[in-house]
Amino acid sequence: MSDDRNGANEANGTDERENDGQRFDRLPATADERVVAGRPTREEVVEWWAERYGVPPETWDGHTFWEKGKGKIWAFAGDLVSPNPVEGLGLRILRARQEHWKPSTNAVQRFCGEATKNVVFLDGEEADRFVRGEDQELERWDGDWGYLVAAHEFEGARESIGVGLYLHGELRSTVPKGRQEDLS
Amino acid sequence: MNPLGRYAPLVDDEEAFLSACDRPLPSVVRVNTIKATAERARSALDAEGVGYEVTDWHPGILKLDERGPGTTWPYFHGWLHGQEEVSALPALALDPEPGEVVWDACAAPGSKTTQLADLMDDTGILIGNDNNLGRLSALRHNAERLGVSNLVVTNQDARNYSLKPFGEDTDDPQTVGAFDRALVDAPCSCEGTIRKNPDALDRWTMDHVHSVAGIQKGILRRAVQATRPGGTVVYSTCTFAPEENEAVLDHAIEEEDCELVEWDAPENFETVPGITEWEGEEYDPAVELAHRVYPHHNDTGGFFCAKLEVTA
Repeated sequence: MSDDRNGANEANGTDERENDGQRFDRLPATADERVVAGRPTREEVVEWWAERYGVPPETWDGHTFWEKGKGKIWAFAGDLVSPNPVEGLGLRILRARQEHWKPSTNAVQRFCGEATKNVVFLDGEEADRFVRGEDQELERWDGDWGYLVAAHEFEGARESIGVGLYLHGELRSTVPKGRQEDLS
Repeated sequence: MNPLGRYAPLVDDEEAFLSACDRPLPSVVRVNTIKATAERARSALDAEGVGYEVTDWHPGILKLDERGPGTTWPYFHGWLHGQEEVSALPALALDPEPGEVVWDACAAPGSKTTQLADLMDDTGILIGNDNNLGRLSALRHNAERLGVSNLVVTNQDARNYSLKPFGEDTDDPQTVGAFDRALVDAPCSCEGTIRKNPDALDRWTMDHVHSVAGIQKGILRRAVQATRPGGTVVYSTCTFAPEENEAVLDHAIEEEDCELVEWDAPENFETVPGITEWEGEEYDPAVELAHRVYPHHNDTGGFFCAKLEVTA
C-alpha cells in the first residue's frame, strides 16, 4: 500500500491532502487553511494548552508547530520549508488525533512552568514514586480526570515533573522508561 | 601500539603528560541554562548533598566528587548534563548568537549540540547532523530532556551535506541557503579520550589516522563552503595527532575561502598553540592560532580546537 502511494507521489508530486508519516508538515494556522483531514491547527493546539492547563497562549509565540507520524505534534523554535524530510524538528509536545490529547513529559517540563489548571502537586515521597514510573492512589485530587501535570516544590519554585493519567482515584505515571529514575 | 610516546617531543613535561593520561577523569556536568541558572542548579545539588567543585574557568561547569549525576533531581529536571570538561571549549569558541542558523556537522550524542542550543537561548535554527542513524536517538533524547526546541536533526554524510531539504534554490521564504556558523567536531582517533576510555588506543594504527584525516578534511571543507562569507567555522578533535589537527587546517585554508582567526581560551584554562612542523611536514604558520590542550594542563582529556572565518 505504501508502495502505491509512493508511486502516486512520484507521478503527481507530493500529495498535500494526506498525512505522510515520514515527513514534517507545518500545522495550518486555522481550520480555514486546513488541507489534510484530521490535522489539528495551530489555533487548536494553542487553545488546548490554554484551556486544559492554563498555559498562556504567548508561550508559543516563538514556535512553529509540525505534525510527523499520526498525530505527533512538535514545537520548533524557528521555521523551515514545509513539508520537510528531516529526522527531528524541535521538541515533541503532544499526541493529537485521539479523543484525549496527551502532552509529553518533556513539553510539560519545558513549557508548563506557568500552568494553572489540572496541575497536581506531589509531596516528596509521591514525587519519588512518580519518577520511578509507579502508579499511586491519590484520593485528595478532586479535579478533572485525564492527563494532569504533576509538579512539586523544588528550589523555591514550582517545577513540573511530568504527565500523570488520573483515573478512579489513581495517578498513573507516564514518565517514559528512558527517563525513569530512583531518586529516593 | 600506544601512540602517546609520539607526542613526547611536543609537550613541556613528558612525565606529567603520560601520568595524567593514566589517571581517570573526574565526573563533570554542565548547567543547562535553558532550564535553570547555574546558581539554582548548584543550590539544588547542595540540597541533595551532592559534592562538587565549580571549575575555575566556567561557573556553569562543575566537577562532581563522585561518579554520575543521573540520579539527582536537578538532572531529572534537565538542569544538568554530563559532559567532559574540555569538550565545552568548541561551543564557546563558536560563540553562536540567538536567532542564528548554526550547523553541527557531527552532532551525536549531543553534548556540544545542546550547549550550542543553550548559547543560542534556544532560538534560531540549530541543525544537528550525524551520519550514524543509531546515534541520532541519543541526540534526540538528550536534546528533549534538556528542553531544546531549536534543534533540527538530520542524517547525512557531512562531507557532501545537502541543503535541499531546507529549500535551497527555491523562493520559499523559509529557505536556509547558508549557515552563519558551523561546528566540525570531527570523528577522530580519540587519543585524548584515553582517560575516559582506557581501551581507546587498543586499535590505534597510523593507517586509521590517515583515513580519518581524509574524512576530517572533507567535512571541514564542506562546512566552509556551506557557511556564509564572514561566518565562523570551528574545528575540533579529541586527539593529539597533528595529521588530524594542524594538517587538516592547513589543507582547508589552502583549498577553501577561509582563514584561521585568533580566539582566546577562557581565562584560567591553559592551552598551547598549534604546531607548524611535524615529521618532516610544514604547516601554514597560521595554524599556531589553534589551541592544543594536553591532559596535564587542566586535568582534562586531550583536545584540539581552532576557529576559522569564511572569507568569500
